[in-house]
Amino acid sequence: MTKADDHPLLSVRNLRTYFHTFSGTVKAVDGVSFDIGQGEVMGLVGESGGGKSVVGFSILGLIDSPGRIEDGEILLNGKDLVTAGEAALRDIRGRNVSMVFQDPMTSLNPLHTVGRQMDEVLRLHTDLDARARHVACIEMLESVGISRASERLKSYPHQFSGGMRQRVVIAIALLARPGLIIADEPTTALDVTIQSQILKLMRQQIAEKGASMILITHDLAVVSEMADHITVLYCGKVVERGLTRDLISAPSHPYTRGLIASIPDATDRQDRLSQIPGSVPDIRNLPMGCNFRERCPRAQALCAQQEPELMPQHGSLRAACHFPLAPGDTA
Amino acid sequence: MASFFASEFFHNYKRSSSAIIGSALMISFAFAVLVGPFLVAQNPYDIASLNLMDSYKPPMWLPGGEAQFPLGTDGQGRDVWASILYGARISLFIGVVAMVASCFIGTVLGLIAGFYGGIVDSVIMRIADIQLSFPSILIALFLMSAVGTGVDKVLIALTAVGWVVYARTVRGSTLSEIEKEYVQAARVAGLPNHKIIRKHVLPNVLTPLIVIATIQVGTFVLIEASLSFLGVGVPITQPSLGLLIKNGFDVLFSGLWWTSVFPGVAIMMLVFGINLFGDFLRDELNPRLK
Repeated sequence: MTKADDHPLLSVRNLRTYFHTFSGTVKAVDGVSFDIGQGEVMGLVGESGGGKSVVGFSILGLIDSPGRIEDGEILLNGKDLVTAGEAALRDIRGRNVSMVFQDPMTSLNPLHTVGRQMDEVLRLHTDLDARARHVACIEMLESVGISRASERLKSYPHQFSGGMRQRVVIAIALLARPGLIIADEPTTALDVTIQSQILKLMRQQIAEKGASMILITHDLAVVSEMADHITVLYCGKVVERGLTRDLISAPSHPYTRGLIASIPDATDRQDRLSQIPGSVPDIRNLPMGCNFRERCPRAQALCAQQEPELMPQHGSLRAACHFPLAPGDTA
Repeated sequence: MASFFASEFFHNYKRSSSAIIGSALMISFAFAVLVGPFLVAQNPYDIASLNLMDSYKPPMWLPGGEAQFPLGTDGQGRDVWASILYGARISLFIGVVAMVASCFIGTVLGLIAGFYGGIVDSVIMRIADIQLSFPSILIALFLMSAVGTGVDKVLIALTAVGWVVYARTVRGSTLSEIEKEYVQAARVAGLPNHKIIRKHVLPNVLTPLIVIATIQVGTFVLIEASLSFLGVGVPITQPSLGLLIKNGFDVLFSGLWWTSVFPGVAIMMLVFGINLFGDFLRDELNPRLK
């Protein structure tokens, strides 16, 4: 595996994206840092409302008012995207960084053929002539497993099934050979039987094209199959990060353990599925100290007073917890 | 073309008597307007072809009527039938051109307001709201009295009145369209805003406009007729159906009813046909009524 610190493709430093609403400032992303090396897959995990998607849109510079990137650096190949102008960003979107969305039913324009939507990306980001673009589209559709590609280019999105559409969306995302793909819950809207096919396809395509990927999901089972390393977000902050095998086998943050415990296990028949008690606190009005303490079985007086910093734990893990779990801890 | 005749739209069209009547009326008017003037002997606005001796001839089936003037004549000896054919031409021209202009301006403003939001949106939509709080005939009357009369001035007044419905409809659909992921996907792909608006948003907000545009032609024909009747519309040298009614109105109570009743019936049939067909389109193109 490539070492992330050598030449990170993308380096996010202390990113803060806030939304200034009338009912208060929402710190959707609050001091998030991470690195992704060439060819790596990073899982970005958290509950809904945890700020995962906002990280993705911040990288692309697509935060709409009332949101704003308040602080931080987003270095793509050493170039800061936060200070880059709109024209530079537009050039980066699609060419260097592209995105796969959650719902393949709405992420294609219903009125244009698949071929036209693919061609649009190539026309924008390459100098190929019409013939070469057509060939590139056919090759890309075939490589994501769509047969009779040259015929299918003339089809409209409604003529594809959900799984097929997501293949098309992935093909479009890969078309301009971007170095980084942000996949925002790419399999959440799909049938379970299709999910693993799509994940396998993405994994294989990324490996073939040498691209890196940020996989945004709430589903730890999905990330554990795909990611090299995982960053766990809670209330806009990184609570834990580390290599996938360390984090999944022995998480040190109680929140991560709660997420892992809530994956249903077919071999262990229980009456009730396990869950993390309580819900995400009001992000406009976060409590003092650790954000997770009210839902945490290990919380003590210190947790209410002082916010924990991200500290090295066992193995490759770093976690923001005053009372982290050691491997084998149960309570 | 074969696929059109096999489509659900055509299937429903065949079964809807109001759609057939409406489109038949619209097609007859289109035909009358395009070739009608070549089928009548008299050009009612060529003074040389008029004869004052022919004035106030009744319709041909009444005593004193002549087959030469099937619907009778007016005070200048003009054939009412010929006048209607020429007048419908002007009425429909004004209705269609003003509709196209309103649709264009309203759609562009609605797209801008919906896509960019913020202060631009507020300004455009507040102007629209203020306009909607006045009856459109009042605004048109006010504008006509300010800019003067003439076909071009009528077009300006109708466009100023008519863009609002398009702007509001397009803005609403734009707001719901830009939430969809394919618009996000287009932004993520690096498409500039004007291309996103033109290629992705515009085609997806057009359908409801077809209905509005159809019905608006009828509304505009009526507003233009009202303006002309009130004397601030088209000039006397280019009489529309409305002006024909006004000209005949002076002698209506002297028993010379045909000079204003027949143009009135013509307007009624035109607007009726447009509205019938517009209703059918609305039922067909509105997914919520399906």
